[in-house]
Parts: sequence; structure tokens; C-alpha cells
Amino acid sequence: MRKVPNNRAWWLVLPVFILVAFSALIPLMTVVNYSVQDIFGPNAAYFVGTDWFREVLRNESLQASLGRQVVFSAAVLLIEIPLGIGIALLMPTGGKRASLCLILLAIPLLIPWNVVGTIWQIFGRGDIGLFGRFLNEIGINYNYTADPVDAWFTVLLMDVWHWTPLVALLCYSGLRAIPQAFYQAAEIDRASRWAVFRYIQLPRLKSVLVIAVLLRFMDSFMIYTEPFVLTGGGPGSSTTFLSQTLTTMAVGQFDIGRAAAFSLVYFLIVLLVSWLFFTAITYPDRDK
Amino acid sequence: MIAWMQWTLPTAIFFATIAAILLVMTVFEVVKPCVERKGFLPIATTRGDRLFIGLLSSAYIHLLFLGLTEASLWIALAISVVWLGVLLRWG
Amino acid sequence: MTHSKRRGFGITFYILLLLLPIYWLLNMSFKTNQEILSSLTLWPQNFTFHNYAVIFTDPSWYDGYINSMIYVSINVVITLLVSLPAAYAFSRYKFVGDKHLFFWLLSNRMAPPAVFLLPFFQLYSSIGLFDTHIAVALAHCLFNVPLAVWILEGFISGVPREYDEMAYIDGYSFPRFFIKIFIPMIRSGIGVSAFFAFMFSWVELLLARTLTSVDAQPIGAIMTRTVGASGIDWGVLAAAGVLTIIPGLLVVWFVRNHVATGFALGRV
Repeated sequence: MRKVPNNRAWWLVLPVFILVAFSALIPLMTVVNYSVQDIFGPNAAYFVGTDWFREVLRNESLQASLGRQVVFSAAVLLIEIPLGIGIALLMPTGGKRASLCLILLAIPLLIPWNVVGTIWQIFGRGDIGLFGRFLNEIGINYNYTADPVDAWFTVLLMDVWHWTPLVALLCYSGLRAIPQAFYQAAEIDRASRWAVFRYIQLPRLKSVLVIAVLLRFMDSFMIYTEPFVLTGGGPGSSTTFLSQTLTTMAVGQFDIGRAAAFSLVYFLIVLLVSWLFFTAITYPDRDK
Repeated sequence: MIAWMQWTLPTAIFFATIAAILLVMTVFEVVKPCVERKGFLPIATTRGDRLFIGLLSSAYIHLLFLGLTEASLWIALAISVVWLGVLLRWG
Repeated sequence: MTHSKRRGFGITFYILLLLLPIYWLLNMSFKTNQEILSSLTLWPQNFTFHNYAVIFTDPSWYDGYINSMIYVSINVVITLLVSLPAAYAFSRYKFVGDKHLFFWLLSNRMAPPAVFLLPFFQLYSSIGLFDTHIAVALAHCLFNVPLAVWILEGFISGVPREYDEMAYIDGYSFPRFFIKIFIPMIRSGIGVSAFFAFMFSWVELLLARTLTSVDAQPIGAIMTRTVGASGIDWGVLAAAGVLTIIPGLLVVWFVRNHVATGFALGRV
């Protein structure tokens, strides 16, 4: 689209600017202020410079939490993206059955995150849950509240259950946008199923896949409610991810200065990775 | 009303500096609109892009200093300023 | 033929797996606690509505749903009102700092809510909005407005600007053109944005819980009370969970024809 240079367009953006400045800029500045002080109460704050940052960057339990977070987000992307593509390829291409599929797939996305945790908390239990009981009955010793491996498995399974439909729906809409002529040409060339996927479908899915990766990275990197309800971060701290560590520090222990410094480091990591993704999405369009 | 924000002089200076940079860049942009160009960075950038990249990487330079060394942050600041200048000029 | 049959089988199998945990929740919500704890039954042996009756007869329970509905609705309205003009500006005009403003907006969608937890609490307390619906609605704008601007920008860019120019030639003022002509043209985009705003506000709990205590408490926070001295009241917990799924189902039904384009955020 050809865009007209017009600085009066700022007036149209102003409401959004004010709203987001109110709910993002003021809090962000406040976090920066908190991060350089040791705060005991409204009138008892002491300037400590960059001590909190020094401590947060060297704190081993925070580093461990970051490590778990990176592994978790990587695992989520590696499982959900291929699985989502596969499901999108399996979906019916049109008609009533396609709409039914879409609605059923969308259900997990519309469940409040704490209820997602509750569903899996119940479903995975060895006594009253179908899944946990089933695994125990066939001879697998499974208990997500006691065994870290089982806990990780359950949290990952829950996330795959919860969010793969989003990837599938994105890919599905990407697939629908491919003109029929491409497939007809492939048929004339007697292209194999794999060749059709590799040279027609996958390249055309690129733009939606970048959105899917971006959304899944951002949301998995800030995951809090689901594992908090499911495992409470345990056993031990084996499924405690960054947001939970931060929330415990800020609200649980009211350790304001340290939590603020940690918040900023966390935010900078997300900002960098997201900027890379965002540039990757928008950069190819710039020349148009 | 703003007591809860717990302003301190250093953070106020910090934000004032950022605001001043943004203001100068905006005025500069209105007076002399900038053309996208390709420098040593792998992508073509505008002045604003280079400023953003410079500020973000400066933040990381500071974090590296804090996390890995005991050296004074003034060194990190000096490096960042030089880096920002290089980036704006040749990036 | 066998190929498409195999496909049909595959997707049916996946959807069954997807629905199984939800079925289990539904199943439990119709059981008595005694049945839940004593034996594993695939469907309720003593079918009961008791768990739902508990929720529908106790204001402290059903108020949670009402509170959630109120702040979600306020959020959807605010989100659409501010996002529409902004998305139009981003799609049609070049202005100083447009790209950076756009990325700054999106960066707020990327920011973990946990980062803003403390200052939000202080901010809304200091202006006397703590424990109100509007506070939660405004807080949720933090991630919903950027997303809505992004989605709407995609949809608006799909409308050729000749429409805008023709309206000017016909003597329409900008506000009249925007409301009378433009908004009807991008209604599916508006529907999709509203759907996403609803979705992310409805499912979020961390901010909603932190910014409320009694009067505007969301259902998610109330659900934790099923944990009592005598253990967890599984039946009521399951029933409360089932009831939180229903509004989402209704909303997705309304936008079912746009789900496919919608999930691509209007950018295929």
C-alpha cells in the first residue's frame, strides 16, 4: 500500500499513545526507579545504585530459572510448530466439517489459564484423573507432583495441548490462501506429496509461521498461571519459570528492589528476541 | 500522588536524557527527513532504527559489565556512547 | 479416497485427544465428591446438578463470573475505540516515528505481565481505582490494544485507498466517512479484533487477581476457595471450570466464519 506522508495522522494515534503511555510508560519508569533503591516503605527508600542488578545477574537460582525458561520455550517451539503444521495439513479444506474443526480446535485457547491448569491437575492425577490413572494402570510409574521428569512432561504436554491449536489455525489460514492453480500445476508435473509440501505449501506458510513463532515465543516465555496451578513450580523448583520466580519475589516476599531489577533484565531479554523476530517479519515487506 | 513512583535524581536524569534524545531526533526528522540506507549493519536502517539498536545494545553492554566484571560502570557508559556514535554515523 | 479417509481419521483422532481432558472436567462436574474420590468412572453413575447449584445459588460465586464479564466487556470497548483510528493512521499515512511507535506498541504485548505487577498495583491504588472493573480493563489494554492495532492494520490495508478518496470527493467529512462507510467495510476485522481482545482478557488471571480484592474479583481468583480445610471440593471446582469455558464457546460461535482469516491476524 502506498502511504501518504502526513504528520497530522498523529492525532489519530494519540488516544492509543496516551492509553499505552499511562499503562506502560509510567509503570516502566517506576520499575526503573525501584530497581536502584532498597525500599522498606513509602518514606523509607535508600539509593543503592546498581547493586540489585549485580546481584540479580549473579544469582544462581535466577540463572537456573532462566535456563529452565529457555529450555521450556525451545521445547514448546520445537514440538508445537511442526505439530501445528501437520494438523493444518490434515484439516478438511472447506464446508461444514471445516468450520466444526475450527471451532473445536479453538476451544483450548478460550479456556482461562488457571482452568487449563486445573484441567490438567485433575486429568493427570493418579487417583481421580483419567490420564494419570491410565499411565499407572499400564505399569508406568507416573506422579507429576513428586517426580521432576513427570512434572516437566505434564507441563509440556499441557502447553502443547493448550497452544498447538493456535499454530494449527494460523497455518490453516495460510494454506487456504494458496491459489488452486499452484496445486494444479503440481499435479501436471506429477509432483510428490512431499514436493508439494516442500516447494509450494511451506514457502507460502512463511509469513504465518513467523507470526506463530513470535506469539508462541512471547507467550511461552511469560508463562505463569498454568504451571503455577498445575505443579506450583515443583517438585522443588523444577518447573518454576521466570514469571513465577518474579511474582514470588515481588508479591510473595515483597522484595521490591530486587524484583524490579530482575524485571528489567527479563524485559530486555524479551525485547531483544522479539525485536529480532519483528524485524524478520517486517523487513522483507519494506521494499514494496 | 507521584510519591509511590519513588523518583531518584539519577533515574530522573536518565529519563530526561532519553526524552531529550528522542526530542532532538524528532525535531531533526521533521527538519531534515532521513533516508533509509545500508551501513555496516546487515539490514538497511533509518536514523531512528540505528538509535534504537544503539540504545538496546548499550543496555546489554551495561548488563555485561555488571554481570561479568567489577569494573566501574562509567567505562561501560563511555563504551556505549562511542558505540552509539559509531552506529549512528556508519551503521 | 483412502488418502482423504486417512486424513479424516487423523484429524478426528487429534480432536478426540484434544477434547478428552475437557470431557473429564465435564464428567467430574456432574459427579458427587464421594463418587469422584471412591472410584474412577467414565461417566457419572449418580448424575447430579449439585455442584452447579452451589455456584448458581451463592452470590459470592456467581459474582465472580459477573465481574469477569464486566471488565472483559469494558476492555473490548476501550480497545476497539482507541485502536480503530490508530490502525487507520498506521495503514494509510507515513508520519514521524510511525514504525518505532508501532514497535513500541507491540513491545508491550511482548512484556511479561509479571514485570508490571508491582507498579500497576501502586499506580491503580494511588489513583483510587484499585479493586474496580475499570482498573482491570485498563491493565488488560496493555496487551490487547497493541494486538488489536496490529490485526486491524492488516485488515485496513486490505481496503484500497480509492474508497477513502471517493468518499472525500463525494463530500463526506472524515468522521462521517469513517463511521458510515469505513467501519462497515472492515466489520470482519473488527469482529476478529474483538474476539482476540475478549479471549486474552478472559483468560488472563495474574493482573486481574493482583488488581482486585473483593468487589471486582474475577472468577479465576474465586475458584481457589474450593481448597478448604477438608481438602479440595473437586466437584464444584470442575463445575466452575466448565462454566468458564461456555462464554468462550459462545464468542467463537459468533466469529466462526472469520476464524480462519482472523487467526492469521488479517495478514495472509
